[in-house]
Amino acid sequence: MDTKQLKQISQFCFELPRTGKMRVPGRLFASSELLRDMDEMVLKQVANVAALPGIVGASYAMPDAHWGYGFCIGGVAAFDPDKGGVISAGGVGFDIACGVRTLHTKLKSDCLKGKEKQLADALFRKIPAGVGSEGKVHLSAGQIDDMLSGGAQWAVENGYGTADDLRFTEENGKMSGANPKYVSDHAKKRQRNQVGTLGSGNHYLEVQKVVEIYDQKIAKAFGIEKDDIKISIHCGSRGLGHQIGTDYLKTMAQSAVALGIDLPERELACAPINSKQGQAYLAAMRCGINCAMANRQMLMHLVREVMAALFPGSHIRLLYDVSHNTCKLEEHSFNNKTRKVFVHRKGATRAFGPSSKELPAEYASVGQPVLIGGTMGTASYILAGTDVSKQIALSSACHGAGRNMSRKAATKKWFGKDVVRNLAANNIIIRSNSMRGIAEEAPGAYKDVDAVIEATHNAKLAKKVAKLIPLICVKG
Amino acid sequence: MYEHFNHQADIGIKGIGSTIDDAFEQAAIGMMAVICNPRTILPEKEVKIFCTAPDEEFLLVDFLNAIIYEMAVRNMLFGKFEVTVKGDCLEAKAWGEKSDPQKHQTAVEVKGATYTELEVKQESGEWTAQCVIDV
Repeated sequence: MDTKQLKQISQFCFELPRTGKMRVPGRLFASSELLRDMDEMVLKQVANVAALPGIVGASYAMPDAHWGYGFCIGGVAAFDPDKGGVISAGGVGFDIACGVRTLHTKLKSDCLKGKEKQLADALFRKIPAGVGSEGKVHLSAGQIDDMLSGGAQWAVENGYGTADDLRFTEENGKMSGANPKYVSDHAKKRQRNQVGTLGSGNHYLEVQKVVEIYDQKIAKAFGIEKDDIKISIHCGSRGLGHQIGTDYLKTMAQSAVALGIDLPERELACAPINSKQGQAYLAAMRCGINCAMANRQMLMHLVREVMAALFPGSHIRLLYDVSHNTCKLEEHSFNNKTRKVFVHRKGATRAFGPSSKELPAEYASVGQPVLIGGTMGTASYILAGTDVSKQIALSSACHGAGRNMSRKAATKKWFGKDVVRNLAANNIIIRSNSMRGIAEEAPGAYKDVDAVIEATHNAKLAKKVAKLIPLICVKG
Repeated sequence: MYEHFNHQADIGIKGIGSTIDDAFEQAAIGMMAVICNPRTILPEKEVKIFCTAPDEEFLLVDFLNAIIYEMAVRNMLFGKFEVTVKGDCLEAKAWGEKSDPQKHQTAVEVKGATYTELEVKQESGEWTAQCVIDV
């Protein structure tokens, strides 16, 4: 991107000054190199978000930012409902509450030796993944509503997990204020056969090995040691969330004109938070959050079954579950005044520091685990939220590597079978139904996750704790 | 005829035809080609689709989202479409079969059709209908 219009605030923070219709400045967190390689559209989208009614603070972009829909992916913005602030379906995205759940296994890497293929096959058989895959659980209309109100708590009450899992899930596994009445029948029908499924695209289940610890104290609090085997699940609210996004994007885009909201692009469709439509979306989006947390809880249950059968010595516990496509009501300070604002994070991870009251006791002194997924061939990272992030970026951090190449370009560059072979040479086992899907998700199609993490750490958005490399990847 | 165009995270589809109906049909085929090779899909079952929207561009997004919905709830893929646009209404027939990951080598699920790069227009006697698809 053309960085001439940016003002450097610090080594890893750049400001886009207010111009035109912008109500607040833009703030981009990145190294100079990452910034240079960012798409030009990121700047435009940061500026467009800055022009929305009721925005407070700044319009932020995380180090993995890229061109999105209305908001850039990696975009963060807060809106004050008492100042005409809006909520945007595009600011949350289609895959509501897409996120990462990382599990402890109590196993060290030697325990896996010689059993890698067996585990890969067992997980691939058990975890419904890919286009059109159906879950084992088919819910009635009434059960769907209970799941949408209850989230992961509903899943645990129905036998898919333990009460302890909930303590390590955001919102204790249940997003309050969810009302299934505001979710269309279409959305509920789309979910009926998709409960407990992984999805496709960049979603995955990965068996990982901890290869490096950067912060011993925090790692100890998180329960992470070198050579540990962890399992990470990356997925979201499946068809239900996608349909809620589709439904509300349409009504918001059509009604914005009537409400006198100037939309620089239709995908920024939004409604005042204190309006009937804003409240309806909020209630529906919160159902999407519950759906995603329930989904990941049920996938964790399937992992437990596989691991119990193959590794009797294993013990699956939850390290943390955090979403990266959400809008949440939080307290933040602006000009030394605390305000309750609705924080949109589109492809950005909440990263609460130690001062947050919403952390489980085990993490209270070190901050929230920030789970960042890599690609099939590259590392994932566990970071910890910082209190600095609350001051500079509304307690937000990056969410992944971020693509640097389109799917079309990726399929032109790589064949799926070559990607699988290359990964096998690096001792990474891939299981997927689709070779084309693998080509589209080739590690080379993504930015360098290591550079994104360095920038996130150096900008103090979150603190590096551990690095994990993939051993087995079940691709959706 | 359809084309795909680049979007960093996702993919754009463009249907081109001599009528708006053709352009919409081709856009739908273009969207299916994001998921798999449409030529591998047998036209075994017919599904009817109806949409209404305030203008042709909203109608395109509604049409594509209606296809995405039918695919999801029926676990089907579609390889052939017949579209009639009349003012703000669209009637369509879609033909396809049950999704089979091995047979169809489905690459990716489509989450929704978006308003990004959305355009429906007629120029020098040719209609184009395009938007970005979130995958």
